[in-house]
Amino acid sequence: MARIIVVTSGKGGVGKTTTSAAIAMGLAKRGHKTVVIDFDVGLRNLDLIMGCERRVVYDFVNVINGEANLNQALIRDKNCNLLYILPASQTRDKDALTLEGVEKVLEELSKDFKYIVCDSPAGIEKGAHLAMYFADDAFVVTNPEVSSVRDSDRMLGIMASKSRRAELAMEPIKEYLLLTRYDPDRVEAGEMLSLEDVQEILSLHLLGIIPESKAVLNASNSGTPVILDEKSDAGQAYADVVARYLGEKRPHRFIDSKKGFLRKLFGGK
Amino acid sequence: MSIDTKKMYEIQSVLEIKSSTFFVPVLVLYTNDLVVIEQRLLQKISQAPDFFRNSPIVFDLHELNHHNDEIDVVKLVELIRKSGLFPIGIRGGNEFQNAQANSIFIPVDNTQSIAAEISKTSVPTSQTVVKEVVVNNAATLITQPVRSGQRIYVSGDLIILAQVSAGAEIMAEGNIHVYNTLRGRALAGVQGDTNARIFCFDLQAELISIAGDYKTSEDLKGTVEKKPVQIYLQNHALIIKELG
Repeated sequence: MARIIVVTSGKGGVGKTTTSAAIAMGLAKRGHKTVVIDFDVGLRNLDLIMGCERRVVYDFVNVINGEANLNQALIRDKNCNLLYILPASQTRDKDALTLEGVEKVLEELSKDFKYIVCDSPAGIEKGAHLAMYFADDAFVVTNPEVSSVRDSDRMLGIMASKSRRAELAMEPIKEYLLLTRYDPDRVEAGEMLSLEDVQEILSLHLLGIIPESKAVLNASNSGTPVILDEKSDAGQAYADVVARYLGEKRPHRFIDSKKGFLRKLFGGK
Repeated sequence: MSIDTKKMYEIQSVLEIKSSTFFVPVLVLYTNDLVVIEQRLLQKISQAPDFFRNSPIVFDLHELNHHNDEIDVVKLVELIRKSGLFPIGIRGGNEFQNAQANSIFIPVDNTQSIAAEISKTSVPTSQTVVKEVVVNNAATLITQPVRSGQRIYVSGDLIILAQVSAGAEIMAEGNIHVYNTLRGRALAGVQGDTNARIFCFDLQAELISIAGDYKTSEDLKGTVEKKPVQIYLQNHALIIKELG
């Protein structure tokens, strides 16, 4: 049985797709057969981040409607042969997704894959609801600012009450916090919420902090998940996240300001 | 798009049947004297005419039947309608009363007995957005965080061990205990119990209310924070007092 992971946030632009691409690649690189599904029907982006936009023929909605089978729609990643991408449809809207259709696709994928990563669209409407409905684990992507934190909180509430696990009174979805676009300098300057501030409101298990990094935009532009950029801070942070998710213990990094570290080193104030 | 799928789409968008939860006032009767009922009902309505105007209402005959006091449901419905309310359901009626209600298209609610069954066997959790426990005086225990956008309503006391987030709403007809930080809205004594109290470990609420008297976070500024407090009503004023 596959483990279904939803990458969600409520708010847009916080790094859901970047995270989906990175962790799916990370899991596959570690030898787990993984598929990543773009639930953002109508605003397809995952294929760009994964660099497979030229190879999209059939999509998620085609499979749901029975116009194509899964093998026709799945795209094998060019960097890792254990990773597959199921792209969203760009010409339809979220109403094209149905609960039964999504369930059928996930069931079929479960037979063949170890991890299914669902890249949720922003918002709390149908697309986001279907992306999280069948999930076992949730990666809640949050930026260190108040509106993102509140939206994540709202999303957590919805997962606690409207997911399949909640409706069937099963063990609840395991929720993990991923704090993205974290800038320790701005936290120190009081311009950004600190990790402690966010944790005080959300009190979730922290899976990792992804620092604000130029590498993320470069990776998106070149269509390679940032986790493959092993020299970059963001790439390493995502590698840590995947390792922690798989049960390894790794200390959290990228929390403290580099300047602060130097200052400490030279004994300044 | 083929014609078939277009047709399908049109069929799908015509209507939808969804499940939904509503809050409806319940008229609990303790006497079968229709004259007295009418008097008191009009008196109650005159206290808050805007609230009651055209309001749907469910009437509860449980107490009457408990004491074997008979009442004519048809006449009762007439009386309620005359007072400006819309009776939409009967609760706690006996077989004859239920049949009478059905004959004049008043639906019968038998969730009370079911809820009583459930609450005997299990402790309710925070799995649903809106919770309603019908048993009076029973405390409801919630161990999971109450997140932004979630609403909880209980008829007895409400005990929450986890945090209540900003944007969440917790309501109880009795007392509210939050053994954590309270950031959302907390309304105790929502059916008018002025003796209800709110207790919490850290008061950062958006709004607190007891029996309709409320304070918003703006009024709370500069009062106790990060300390356990209790809130109670004294001469229509909310008193916030440190515990211990």
